[in-house]
Amino acid sequence: MEYILIAIVLAIVMLIMAVMAIHNKKLEVAIIAAGVVSLFASVLYLLLAAPDVAMTEAAIGSGLSTVIFFYVLNKIRKNNA
Amino acid sequence: MLKNSFILAILIAFSLIFVSLFISYEGNDELSNLGKYYAENGVQEVGAQNLVTSIVVTYRGIDTLGEVVILFLTAAIIGFFLKLSKKDSKNGKRVEKLREASEILKTGSQALVPLIFMFGMYIFINGHLTPGGGFQGGAVIATGFVLMMIANPVQKVKHGVLAFVESISGFSFVVIGILGIVLAGGFLDNHILKLGTFGEILSAGAIPIIYSFIGLKVGAELSGIVGSFNEIQAEK
Repeated sequence: MEYILIAIVLAIVMLIMAVMAIHNKKLEVAIIAAGVVSLFASVLYLLLAAPDVAMTEAAIGSGLSTVIFFYVLNKIRKNNA
Repeated sequence: MLKNSFILAILIAFSLIFVSLFISYEGNDELSNLGKYYAENGVQEVGAQNLVTSIVVTYRGIDTLGEVVILFLTAAIIGFFLKLSKKDSKNGKRVEKLREASEILKTGSQALVPLIFMFGMYIFINGHLTPGGGFQGGAVIATGFVLMMIANPVQKVKHGVLAFVESISGFSFVVIGILGIVLAGGFLDNHILKLGTFGEILSAGAIPIIYSFIGLKVGAELSGIVGSFNEIQAEK
């Protein structure tokens, strides 16, 4: 029962963060929000008894891809300035 | 206005497709025939405590080889394009000074990076016992590499070393697979070594070796991608 409650809270936060990632004007905030979606998704995978997928999602989804987005954003800003 | 209604129509069409899928979905109370085979015979045939690993590395080993090839191609293409942009700016190469990382980040990364590397290696060496495996371990190693890059951005990435590790481990992976054809039942068969005691670190035949090579390969590839992204930051 507690698992279901945690999962519902995680899903609501993920939805909020996903909407934020689309609609926020600041790109940094959008990237961080997308990373938070991945991070919470990985916790959700852990609750659904898929620790392998959770590990991949935490490392690649919220770690590497967020950093690569920031690298690319920095590069684009520099080229446009 | 027209564009918005068009988007709305596409969304409604998608939701209709998914609703029909959702309504016709029936959960299974028992495993399918293939799943039953894996669950019943996987332990005796492969000897890995982690059933997912025995499927990924042995039963479906050739799919794993395909995934590794896809990752290799991705890393190669990213490296190729970032290299091209570097050559363009060579004529008037103005290297900008990057802002230094803070003291807290530097000191913290010195303490954390070895631990993260060790954790990644732990994941792929224990791939046949605990959840995770080569891909997960490699990704964790790459995140340690990211921390290293952020803490010290001017650091030069030794792409030669990364490429060496990657090609050696990819080559060994294929060689072990071919050894499986020669010495055991087929490509990537893990019986080329003794199965050993179930649940120990040196068990499940060749799986720990194969997974260590996959882990090194994935870690080197992802680190190379992040490293090349880091290198182009200093250019103007």
